[in-house]
Amino acid sequence: MTVDLAIVGAGPAGMAAAVLAAELGLDTVLIDEADAPGGQIYRAVESARETSPKASPLGADYLAGRPLAAALRASAAAYRPATMVWHIDPDGTLSLVSEGRGEAIVARHILLATGAIERPVPVPGWTLPGVMTVGAAQILLKTADLVPEGRAVLAGQGPLLYLVAAQLVRAGAPPLAVLETTPRENYAAAARHFGGLWAGRRDLAKGLALMLELRRAGVAVRRGVRGLRALGRRRVEGVAWEGGEIAADALFLHEGVIPNTQISLALQLAHHWDEAQSCWRPATDEWGRASLANVAVAGDGAGIAGAASALLSGRLAALDAAQILGRIDRAERDRRALPIRAGLARERAIRPFLDALYRPSDTLLSPADEVIACRCEEVTAGQIRRAVRLGATGPNQVKAFVRCGMGACQGRVCAPIVGAVIAGARGVPIAEVGAYRPRAPYKPITVGALAGVEVGPHQIAKPN
Amino acid sequence: MFRPRPDGAVATIPVEVEGRVVRVPAGASAAAAVLLAGLTSIRDTAIGGGERAPYCMMGICFECLAEIDGVPNRQSCMIAARPGMRINRQSGARPAPSGEIE
Repeated sequence: MTVDLAIVGAGPAGMAAAVLAAELGLDTVLIDEADAPGGQIYRAVESARETSPKASPLGADYLAGRPLAAALRASAAAYRPATMVWHIDPDGTLSLVSEGRGEAIVARHILLATGAIERPVPVPGWTLPGVMTVGAAQILLKTADLVPEGRAVLAGQGPLLYLVAAQLVRAGAPPLAVLETTPRENYAAAARHFGGLWAGRRDLAKGLALMLELRRAGVAVRRGVRGLRALGRRRVEGVAWEGGEIAADALFLHEGVIPNTQISLALQLAHHWDEAQSCWRPATDEWGRASLANVAVAGDGAGIAGAASALLSGRLAALDAAQILGRIDRAERDRRALPIRAGLARERAIRPFLDALYRPSDTLLSPADEVIACRCEEVTAGQIRRAVRLGATGPNQVKAFVRCGMGACQGRVCAPIVGAVIAGARGVPIAEVGAYRPRAPYKPITVGALAGVEVGPHQIAKPN
Repeated sequence: MFRPRPDGAVATIPVEVEGRVVRVPAGASAAAAVLLAGLTSIRDTAIGGGERAPYCMMGICFECLAEIDGVPNRQSCMIAARPGMRINRQSGARPAPSGEIE
């Protein structure tokens, strides 16, 4: 099968891009691993039990995903849920697995809209059962209407921390405490982005309203928490920090989100180290075009900017794809992009302030020797430092030395930790040590799925 | 570890977690069923044998690997609960096939 545009990921960027691309006459396919559209931000939004913002514990910003999902369902774009992309060839071939069956499609243009993942939070005890991410708690609320049982503590920083704490309050499960890890010095750094605060005052007001909501609900909020660690033997039994300790049945960690670069790195797109957001992101131009001419990246996968920005960047990428494939000319693309760009500027205004305020502490990015860095292969930060002393210079070499990043998650979780630990041990910037080079299959597939792939005519060598 | 929220969706789908029937709402994953069932952990690691439970719930961390309907190493957070689904803990690495390989 050959299509004009293949989009990977059905979050706000992917959905918006698919709808607009189909509208512009592109033969479009939207591939997503989940059973329903929405990505993580709008996960299960179509089946939300309460559809009025007042009644929903998840709130208005979540329900804003409903019209977008409805537009996708009504669109001519082919939507392929429960489908995993396990390889993309730079020639435009995408290898898929769906319901255990392999398949290959060829796309003239590819848009990666793979979104964000939560930054790993390597604190002592973070592998204990009962320690999860804040995003995980929210996904359980969105998809299964489940809330934590017993005493829940949320710890870390970033907008999602307060949002999920408030959502749990509304869902009848107020957390015992919120422990904020924002380093004190971040306040001064954030204050330098005061200009963005005015432009982003709506977002700021939302954040302050969430904090007020928590206070009214009697949730204890502690600021300036350092030295966070999870306590317990077989499972989490408490949370400790410098100068304090509380008993807890569940601990949810969050230190912001970073681009999900598994596919963009595997494709060997050029990536930049983003100092402000402490993460790698693919190099893209103002349309989202990446270093391969037939590949673009939209949404948080190209740099963290939030759901509203992701939607708009998806539309820009769709316009650009339509221009590249000859459906519209440059003048029309540029004219239609103007209001989208204005919207993007508004949505992104508060970002420099948030990036500076919620910058993770150096100890969080590069933890102490005894802390597990790679959860899969149980490799500590100390083992990584030892590998550096033995001469390993970057993540791929350290991987060969001590197996970090070689486990089931294929380095998705430990990548940021490993990079920062190596950089710290070598005394060089992270940009210099580089990133893991992930490889296909992007996730494990069965031999049956691999063997069952029908080979397209483009892959058959022509006889001379 | 988790409980249904008051006024939440009705749990209609029966699944078996370690042999015990648990009902979850439509849309819930196998990992959600494990958390609702109150299991402390879903697997023992292949390296140190330590206990692990679902962590990210979005298909990134692979901590929730479990045996689902007899197939080990499934990402339970990415698999929707279906009526009659059997979800079991897994322990360490899959044993190597016994006997001579010819």
